[in-house]
Amino acid sequence: MPVADVLEPHARQTLDDILRAHAADEGPLLPILHDIQAAFGHVPQAVVPVIVEALNLGKAEVHGVISFYHDFRAEPAGRSVVKLCRAEACQAMGGDHLAHHAERKLGVGFHETRADGKVTLEPVYCLGLCACAPAAMVNGRLVGRLDEAAVDRIATEVLA
Amino acid sequence: MKVYVPADAAARALGSDDVAAAVQAEATRRGLDLTLVRNGSRGMVWLEPLVEVERDGVRLAYGPATAADVAAILDGTSAKALGPTDDLPWMKKQTRLTFARVGLIDPLDMAHYRAEGGLVGLERALALPPTEIVQAVIDSGLRGRGGAGFPTGIKWKTVAEAKADQKYIVCNADEGDSGTFADRMLMEGDPFHLIEGMIIAGIAVGATRGYVYIRSEYPDAIRVMRAAVGIGRKAGLLGPSVLGSAYAFDMEIRVGAGAYVCGEETSLLNSLEGKRGVVRAKPPLPALEGFLGKPTVVNNVISLATVPVIFEKGAAFYRDFGLGRSRGTIPLQIAGNVRHGGLFEVAFGMGLGEIVNDIGGGTASGRPVKAVQVGGPLGAYFPSSLFDTPTCYESFASAEGLIGHAGIVVFDDTADMLKQARFAMEFCAIESCGKCTPCRIGAVRGVETIDRIARGDTAAIPLLTDLCNTMKAGSLCALGGFTPYPVMSALTHFPDDFARAKEAAE
Ligand SMILES: Cc1cc2nc3c(=O)[nH]c(=O)nc-3n(C[C@H](O)[C@H](O)[C@H](O)COP(=O)(O)O)c2cc1C
Ligand code: FES
Repeated sequence: MPVADVLEPHARQTLDDILRAHAADEGPLLPILHDIQAAFGHVPQAVVPVIVEALNLGKAEVHGVISFYHDFRAEPAGRSVVKLCRAEACQAMGGDHLAHHAERKLGVGFHETRADGKVTLEPVYCLGLCACAPAAMVNGRLVGRLDEAAVDRIATEVLA
Repeated sequence: MKVYVPADAAARALGSDDVAAAVQAEATRRGLDLTLVRNGSRGMVWLEPLVEVERDGVRLAYGPATAADVAAILDGTSAKALGPTDDLPWMKKQTRLTFARVGLIDPLDMAHYRAEGGLVGLERALALPPTEIVQAVIDSGLRGRGGAGFPTGIKWKTVAEAKADQKYIVCNADEGDSGTFADRMLMEGDPFHLIEGMIIAGIAVGATRGYVYIRSEYPDAIRVMRAAVGIGRKAGLLGPSVLGSAYAFDMEIRVGAGAYVCGEETSLLNSLEGKRGVVRAKPPLPALEGFLGKPTVVNNVISLATVPVIFEKGAAFYRDFGLGRSRGTIPLQIAGNVRHGGLFEVAFGMGLGEIVNDIGGGTASGRPVKAVQVGGPLGAYFPSSLFDTPTCYESFASAEGLIGHAGIVVFDDTADMLKQARFAMEFCAIESCGKCTPCRIGAVRGVETIDRIARGDTAAIPLLTDLCNTMKAGSLCALGGFTPYPVMSALTHFPDDFARAKEAAE
C-alpha cells in the first residue's frame, strides 16, 4: 500500500475542522489526536506536518507523542476490534486461559489483525469491570463475566 | 411506578441495557404509568443487573436480572426478589459517605441530586473564607485516595499560598489499577458530586479552571461527566459566577490514551499538556509548578468527591471514622475470584480477612483463597496468614504492602505466584515511561530473572531480590519503585511456587 504523505482534500478539510475546534484548548494535542483517530480510524502519517504547522511543534515531538500512547494506531485496525482484559482481577478468573481461547477462535494473536481484515485483537489492562471478570470490549461495547461460550459468540459475531 | 435499572458500565456489561429495554416494552404493552431511571450501581456487582422497583417509597431489589425476568419483576412475583435494597447485609454493613448517592439517584438529574443533599457542602463552603475551607479539609484528616495517602488539606494549603495569575484543579481519573473501579462508579453514578468537590477545591486555593483526566477505557464515565459539566454550566454551578457567588470556576473533561503511567501525577500533567506521558522529576512539586507550570492541585476522584461530605456533615464528623492516622471511610473494591464482588464503603480499620471472607464471601470458584493483591499492580500479595491486617495506611505499610486505591483482588489456590510475579515485572516493562533506567531496564531483567527461576535456577533468586532493591531505591516514580512489592511478596509468602519449578526441572 503506498503511503499517502498528503491528505486528500476531504480529509484535509476534516483535519482543519478538528484543529479549529481545539484552537482555544490548553494542551490541545491529545484531544486532536483522539478526534483524528475517531475520524480516520487511525492517525495517518500525513496529519503530522499539518499538526506541526498548526501547533508550532517539532515533527519529532508529535511523532513521539503518537508513539508513546497505546491507543493511537499508525495503521487502520480491522473491521472489528476486540480488547480483552489481561490484568490481575481478570487473570484471577481464568483470563489467561480465556485469552488463548480467544486467539484460537478469532484466528489472530494479540496486537495483530487478521489477514482478511475482519478483526484486531488487543490486550487491555483493566476496564474497571474487575468484580465481573473476565472482561472485554468489543467494538466499544463492554462485556463482563466472560466464559468460553461468550467468547465463541463474540467470534461468531465479528467473523460473520 | 418507578423502576431503576443501572446504566453503570459493569451493569451494562452484564446486560442491563437489554433489561431496561424489556422494562420499557413491558410497560408499553401493559399500558403502565412507569418511570424508568437509569441509575448508577448500588455496588453489588455480583447481583448486576440489579433492578429496583419502588413500592410505597421502598426500593425492592431483584437480581441478577435478565430481560426474561422483567414481567415477573413488575408483577412482584419474581424468584429473583431480594427484598428491600437497604436491608441487604451488604448495604447495612457500610458507611456510605462518599458513595451516599451512587446508585440512588438519576446521575444527571440535578433536582434529584439536590433533593438527596447535593450542593449542601458547596453552599456551606461558599459561606467560608478560603483559608477556613482549607483548614476544614486539614481537620477532617482526609488523605489522598489515589494511592500515596498524602493529606489533601496540606496539598491545598501549598497551592493556596502560591502566588500566580492562574491555578488549576486537576482530577486524576486515570484509575489504571486492576481491581479498582471506585472512580468509575462515582463518575457514572454521581457526577455532580465530583464537580462539587472540584469547585470547592477551586475556591479554596484560588483556581478557576479544572480538568478531569479520565482514562479512555472508561467510555461511560467520559460520556456522563461531559453531560454533567454541560448541565452544571446551564444550572449556573459552573461558569463565571458559581451559584451566584463572586467565584468563577469552569472545567473540562480530558481523555487519556491507554498509558498506565499517566496516572502518576507528573506524567498526567505532561499528558494533559499534550506531551509524552513521561514522569517529571520532583521538585518542583505540581502544587507549585503543575499544569503549564502553574500551581496545581492534583487529586484523585475519591479525594475530591469526599470534600463535599466534609462540609455537609462537618470535618469532625468525618474524622471520627477510621483508625489511627487513617481517618474517615474508604471505598473498598472487592474483585477477582470472589463470590460477592463490588464496592463497599466502610471506615478504615476493617481486617483484610473479614473483607475477603465475610463481606466478599470467599472465592467465586469455591476453592480456598490463596492470595489477595491489594492496591493494584504495584501492591503486595497477601497470604491468608496476614488476614488480620487492618485496612489503614500504616498497617499495610508495616506488612510490606500498600492500600493504594483500595482494590482487593482475590485469587484461589490455582494461582501460580511465580507467574503473578512475572506479570508484575512484565507490566512494568510494558508501561514504563522510559525515563529512568531502574524501571525501564530493571523490569525487563526482572522478567528474564523470573524465567530463570522458573527453569529451576535457584541461584537467580538472590539476583531477583537485588534487582528489586535497585528498582525500589533508584526509580523515579512508584511504577518502578513499587513493582517490587508484588514480586517480593509473592517470593516471600509463597516460596513453594518459586521452588516447585526446580523440582520439575530436576
Ligand atoms: C504508576 C502510577 C500510577 C498512578 N495511578 C494513579 C491513578 O490512576 N489515579 C490516581 O488518583 N492516582 C494515581 N497515582 C498517584 C498519583 O501520582 C498521585 O499521588 C495522586 O493522583 C494524588 O491524588 P490524591 O492525593 O488525591 O491521592 C499513580 C502513581 C503512580 C506512580
Ligand atoms: S482487571 Fe480486568 S477489568 Fe479490571
